[in-house]
Amino acid sequence: MIDYKKKLDTLSLQIKSIFSGHPIAIAGLIGFIIFVLTALLAPWIAPQNPYDLMILDIMDGLLPPLSKLGNGNTAWLGTDALGRDILSAVMYGLRLSLFVAFVAVSIGTTIGVILGLLAATKGGWVESVIMRAVDLKVSFPGILLALMMLAIFGTGVDKIIYALIIGVWASKARLTRSSALQEMQKEYIDAARISGIPSWRIMMKFLLPNSIAPVLVMVPMALSGAIGAEATLSFLGVGVPITEPSLGLLIANGNDYLLSGKWWISIFPGIILVLLVLCINVVADRVREFNNPYLKHQDRQ
Amino acid sequence: MISYITKRLWQSGLLAFIMSLIVFLGMYVVGDPVEMLSEEDWTEQDKIELAIELGLDKPLHEQYLNFAGDIIQGDFGVSFVHNRPVLDLIVERLPATLEIAVLAMVIGLSIGIPLGIYSGIKNNSRGSRIISFFSTIGYSTPNFWQAILLIMVFAVFLKWLPASGRGLTNSMFGIEWAWLSLDGLKHMTLPAINLAIYKICMQQRLAKSGTQEILYQEYMTFARAKGITRNRIIRRHLLRNILIPIVTITGLEVGGLIAFSTVTETIFSWPGIGKLLLDSIHMVDRPVVVAYLILITLMFVFINFIVDVMYAFLDPRIRHQK
Repeated sequence: MIDYKKKLDTLSLQIKSIFSGHPIAIAGLIGFIIFVLTALLAPWIAPQNPYDLMILDIMDGLLPPLSKLGNGNTAWLGTDALGRDILSAVMYGLRLSLFVAFVAVSIGTTIGVILGLLAATKGGWVESVIMRAVDLKVSFPGILLALMMLAIFGTGVDKIIYALIIGVWASKARLTRSSALQEMQKEYIDAARISGIPSWRIMMKFLLPNSIAPVLVMVPMALSGAIGAEATLSFLGVGVPITEPSLGLLIANGNDYLLSGKWWISIFPGIILVLLVLCINVVADRVREFNNPYLKHQDRQ
Repeated sequence: MISYITKRLWQSGLLAFIMSLIVFLGMYVVGDPVEMLSEEDWTEQDKIELAIELGLDKPLHEQYLNFAGDIIQGDFGVSFVHNRPVLDLIVERLPATLEIAVLAMVIGLSIGIPLGIYSGIKNNSRGSRIISFFSTIGYSTPNFWQAILLIMVFAVFLKWLPASGRGLTNSMFGIEWAWLSLDGLKHMTLPAINLAIYKICMQQRLAKSGTQEILYQEYMTFARAKGITRNRIIRRHLLRNILIPIVTITGLEVGGLIAFSTVTETIFSWPGIGKLLLDSIHMVDRPVVVAYLILITLMFVFINFIVDVMYAFLDPRIRHQK
C-alpha cells in the first residue's frame, strides 16, 4: 500500500527546497498562480463578456485606457474597435491561451510517456518505429510542422491543439525511453519479472513512477513553448477563430491600430503574454537547475 | 568515416521519402483538388474529366509515383494565384530569406557565444546575472511581439529605420540582393535583429551551460595545473569542447531561422519564402504550399545530414560507433 501522506510530505519538502532562496523563481510561481486563477475565474471577475456581441456598443470603440463607457463603467485598459473592454478581452484571451496550452501539453506528454515506455519495454521493431518517428519529428522546427498541419486541416481551437500536441510528444518519448531503460537494469525489475507479474503491470506500476521525473522537469518548458507557439500561430491568423480571440489574436487585432497611436489594444495583451511566459520560464529554469547534477555539484564547490 | 557517411546518407534518403509521402497524403488525399479547382456551374462529367486530367483516377501508389517523379524533374506545378511555375516563385524569393537568416545567424553567434562563455566562467558575478536576466526575457518574448516592439521603437517613435519592404536591391550573379545597397541594409536591419534576438539568447544559454559543464572536467584542472595561460585554456580546451553542442544546435537552427522567418517576414513585409508560404496558406494556393513543404523538408534532411557529418568530424567517438 502506498503511503500517500508520506509521499505528499516528501513532495512539499522537495518544492520547498527547489524554491527557497530563489526569490525570482518564487515570484514566477506566484505570478503563474495568479494568471491561472484569473483565467479560471474570468467569467465571474471580468467586467464584461467579450464574446457577447449584443452588449457591445460601437460608440465605445477605440477609447483609451481609463475612459468612461456609455453604460457608466470604466474601461481600465481601454476598448478595441468594436467597443470591447480590453481588460475583459485579455482575461478571456488568457483563459483560452492557457486552456489550449494545458490540454496540448498534457495530451502530448501522456502520449510521449506511453510511447517511451513501450519503446523501452517492447524493444525490437516497436522501438525502432517509435524512435525513428521521434527522430523525424525532432529534426523539424515545431512552428513549421504546426503550419503544415494547419495548412492541411484548416484552423480552429481543436486543430491548433492537435498541431501543438505534435510539437510536444517526441522529446518526452525520447526522455522516458532513456530513463526507463536505465530503470530496467535495476534488480527489482528482474525480481518483479521472475515473480510472474505481467509486463504491462511492471510498466505502469514500477517503470512509470520511477522514470517519469525527468519528463516532469521538462513540462513547464513545454507549457511556455506551447503558449508562445499558439500565440504566434493565432497572430498569423492560422490559429484560434476570430470569434474567440486568444492573446495572440488580440495582439494581431490591435496591430493594425498601432501605427495610428492606439497602442493599448495590442500592448496590454502583449505584456500579459510576455509576463505569463516569463513566469513559467523562470520556474522552469529553476526546476531544471535543481535537477541538474552538474550544476548542483558546482553550487557546492 | 566513409561508412558513417554512407549510413547517414541512406537514412537521409529514407527520411526524405517518408516526409514526401506525408506531405503527399496530407495535401492530396485529405483535401480534394477537384473541388477546389472546379467552378460552380460544372457538371459531374466535367469534374470526372478534370480528375482524369490530374491523374486522380489512378491508384494511390501510382499517383504518388507521378507526384514524386514530377518533383524529381523539378516540376512543382503552377501557382493558382500567381499563375506561374511554383519553383520560379520560390527561387525568386529565396535570396531575400537567406540574407536576413545569414545576417541573423552571424549576429547571434558573434554576440551569443562570447556572452555565454563569459557568464559561464564568471558564474554568479553581477555581469553574468545581468546577461542571464536579459537572456531570460529575450527567449520568453515571442518572436512576433519582439517584432512589434522593434517597429514601435525604431520605426514609429525614433524613425531611424524602415519597418517594411526590402528597399533598393542590387544585382550580383544575376540575383537581387538588398545588402548591396545602403537602403537595402537599412531595411534588413530590423528583420535581422528580430530573428537574431532569439539566437543570441539561445547561444548564450548553450555556451553558458557548456562552459559550466566543461570547466570542472579533469582535463581542465590538469591544464590549469600545467600552468597553461588562461586565454590559451579558453581557446584550446574550452571553446573546442563547447563547440560540439553549438555546431549541432546551430545547424538545426539554420532551419529554425528559415521556419521563423515566416513570422518575421510577414510582420516586416519582407518578400521572402516565409511570407510566400503564409500568403499561400491564406489564399489556399495549394501547389505553392506543397512545393514549399517539400523543398523545406529536403533542406532539413540535407542540414541534418551535414550536421551529423560535422559532429562526427568534431567528435571521434561518434564516427567509431558501430
